[in-house]
Amino acid sequence: MRLSIKHATRYRFDTPLTYGLQQLRKTPKSSNGQHVLDWVTRIEGGKREVSFEDHHNNVVELISFDRGTTELEVVSEGLVTIDDTSGIVGPHRGPAPLWLYARPTDRTRVGPATRKLLRGIDGDSDLARLHALSAAISEAVVYLVGASEATWTAEDALNAGEGVCQDHTHVFLACARELGFPARYVSGYLLMDGQVRQDAMHAWGEAHVEGLGWVGFDASNGISPDARYVRVATGLDYADAAPVTGLQVGGHGEALRVDIAVQQQ
Amino acid sequence: MTETPIFDEMWGRDQTLRQPYASFNSWLETEDTARLRAKQREAEELFRLSGITFNVYGRAEAEERLIPFDIIPRIISGREWQRLTRGIEQRVRAINAFLHDIYHRQEIVRAGRLPAEMIARNEAFLPQMIGVTPPGGIYTHIVGIDLVRTGDDEFFVLEDNARTPSGVSYMLENRETMLQMFPELFSRNRVQPVQNYPRDLCTSLMACAPDMQRANPAVAVLTPGIYNSAYFEHAFLADQMGVELVEGHDLRVVDGRVAMRTTEGYKAIDVLYRRVDDDFLDPLNFNPESALGVPGIMDVYRAGGITIANAPGTGIADDKAIYSYMPDIVEFYTGEKAILKNVPTWRCSDPDSLAYVLDNLSDLVVKEVHGSGGYGMLIGPTATKKELREFAKKLKARPGNYIAQPTLSLSTVPIFTNKGLAPRHVDLRPFVLMSPGGINVTPGGLTRVALKKGSLVVNSSQGGGTKDTWVLED
Repeated sequence: MRLSIKHATRYRFDTPLTYGLQQLRKTPKSSNGQHVLDWVTRIEGGKREVSFEDHHNNVVELISFDRGTTELEVVSEGLVTIDDTSGIVGPHRGPAPLWLYARPTDRTRVGPATRKLLRGIDGDSDLARLHALSAAISEAVVYLVGASEATWTAEDALNAGEGVCQDHTHVFLACARELGFPARYVSGYLLMDGQVRQDAMHAWGEAHVEGLGWVGFDASNGISPDARYVRVATGLDYADAAPVTGLQVGGHGEALRVDIAVQQQ
Repeated sequence: MTETPIFDEMWGRDQTLRQPYASFNSWLETEDTARLRAKQREAEELFRLSGITFNVYGRAEAEERLIPFDIIPRIISGREWQRLTRGIEQRVRAINAFLHDIYHRQEIVRAGRLPAEMIARNEAFLPQMIGVTPPGGIYTHIVGIDLVRTGDDEFFVLEDNARTPSGVSYMLENRETMLQMFPELFSRNRVQPVQNYPRDLCTSLMACAPDMQRANPAVAVLTPGIYNSAYFEHAFLADQMGVELVEGHDLRVVDGRVAMRTTEGYKAIDVLYRRVDDDFLDPLNFNPESALGVPGIMDVYRAGGITIANAPGTGIADDKAIYSYMPDIVEFYTGEKAILKNVPTWRCSDPDSLAYVLDNLSDLVVKEVHGSGGYGMLIGPTATKKELREFAKKLKARPGNYIAQPTLSLSTVPIFTNKGLAPRHVDLRPFVLMSPGGINVTPGGLTRVALKKGSLVVNSSQGGGTKDTWVLED
């Protein structure tokens, strides 16, 4: 499948910005079954300072806001082709060692709610157990836009019983790691049926299974990723893979508008 | 059982004057005690005037305190020093290779010489450094190797300081003071100079600049500010090197570089000698609460636009559990047996070792794996029963947090007291500079001395003092 993606983020400030930086992880990565044909990032009201590939093989761009700006616009767009690999991303490649993905993080720490969920997980193979986990998560945490805070942990989401894809993914990571699978967060794009415009990126989890390598699980949709899923950034949790991490001085009254369009070519 | 007498570096074990002290001793014999007493007071006054002070944690009544200085030098022969230098160079080379390896292919783990969990479960391992090769391949630009001596030929490494070794300003000030007060001693003894250290440091840092082509790389010293216990040293070193002393708010990312605000606009920095811990270095990438760092500096670093000295993530080499593997680490990367010995170390994470340590607590020194500065340690032989009981509880609760070592009979060197000379235990921190051009060990270092009779704790934060350290030209 060939997808065209356009992701625009506009910040508007009532008062001029004194200083600001943003770290972007918005460039899809080429991996097994996914090829980035073309990708550009345009910035208005700021500029690219540096770019590098981080330890999760994410393309990172550091941009600075122009001094005194009241507007910043970042538009990234391009073309990506994806094969349906039934969610299998394949063997681990470095530089990060596989064990890094077995480490719990603050957002994916196991607690009473996670343990309770895990008690019901069964299956006669690794894949069966992970699918059972994914299904149990979508049941335990009802998908509800706006239900959760961006800072929520896996435990927070389970205790609340509602959340978004980010929360599903954090619960998946906490549980998969507890079951002994290295696991990672994936932020990306998803082609939706009959809908081009979206207001947020999607997120899902990947677990490393002996013999198969990395396998994706989208608890929010109850499936493994197919040719409609575009992998952008990966990490131990949201903090590692977030599309934007920012820091700014001044610039009060911030208004943010996100426009994402994903369509088949 | 008869106890072996403690090795005194001046008088040996049997009160026979050791050769390196011969010339010094003949001078001392002609000196009048009253004059020396006056000199000791004068030295203290010089230190007070120079402003060299040290903040002591956990002592509200004295925010700044003078580290006591003792006028009797510690003297090491050139031959002894040469042997030490070979061992230090070997160890520093191995530490740098180890750091490169664990942030890349982890061959040492693949080879089965270091258990993966020593790195995987290590809080000092910095994932952001995975796959990063610093300019020139140098991680540890400045290293302090803490040594103790137990006999004529017996030196042990007590710990490695690859993160941010401090104390070099004391080495320099101690020598300066001795030169001022006893110039005659330096004409009688051929003492190798330490005064080139700031120049060597600057040259070594410049040699590690990201772009080797640039003519005069810009170096700066990053300090957390005046409330840091080592602020004096930061200011002193910047001044001695003739480079800028900066704080986080003086720097920002400009045109893809880290640049310093000046009256003529921003000026890019090539090499930043930072005395700010990893966690506080970059609020965008590490602790977002930090006001001491430079947002985005890690991004510039990873893109190859600046050298950070020492590299982020080097603290793992200081870890006391990693320390216990150091003989293997040296052998793995250099193909040679370690020249400098390690103190035998029990890792309490291992159940058998823990059992041994608990059974023999009153004979052992127990340290926190990530601790430094002598905080949170137990010295078994001098601890009270209550202290032992309480420490045993802490050990059982978090065994992986501790290592234990036998108490060594550290060598002594005389100090000058009101009642004349008296032996006190010492250690030694030589300072090592590393660049693609090679390794440079300053002849001497910082001798720390436990001023209390019989005490083995030399840390300045625990009431230790310092001495000038002489390495003689043979």
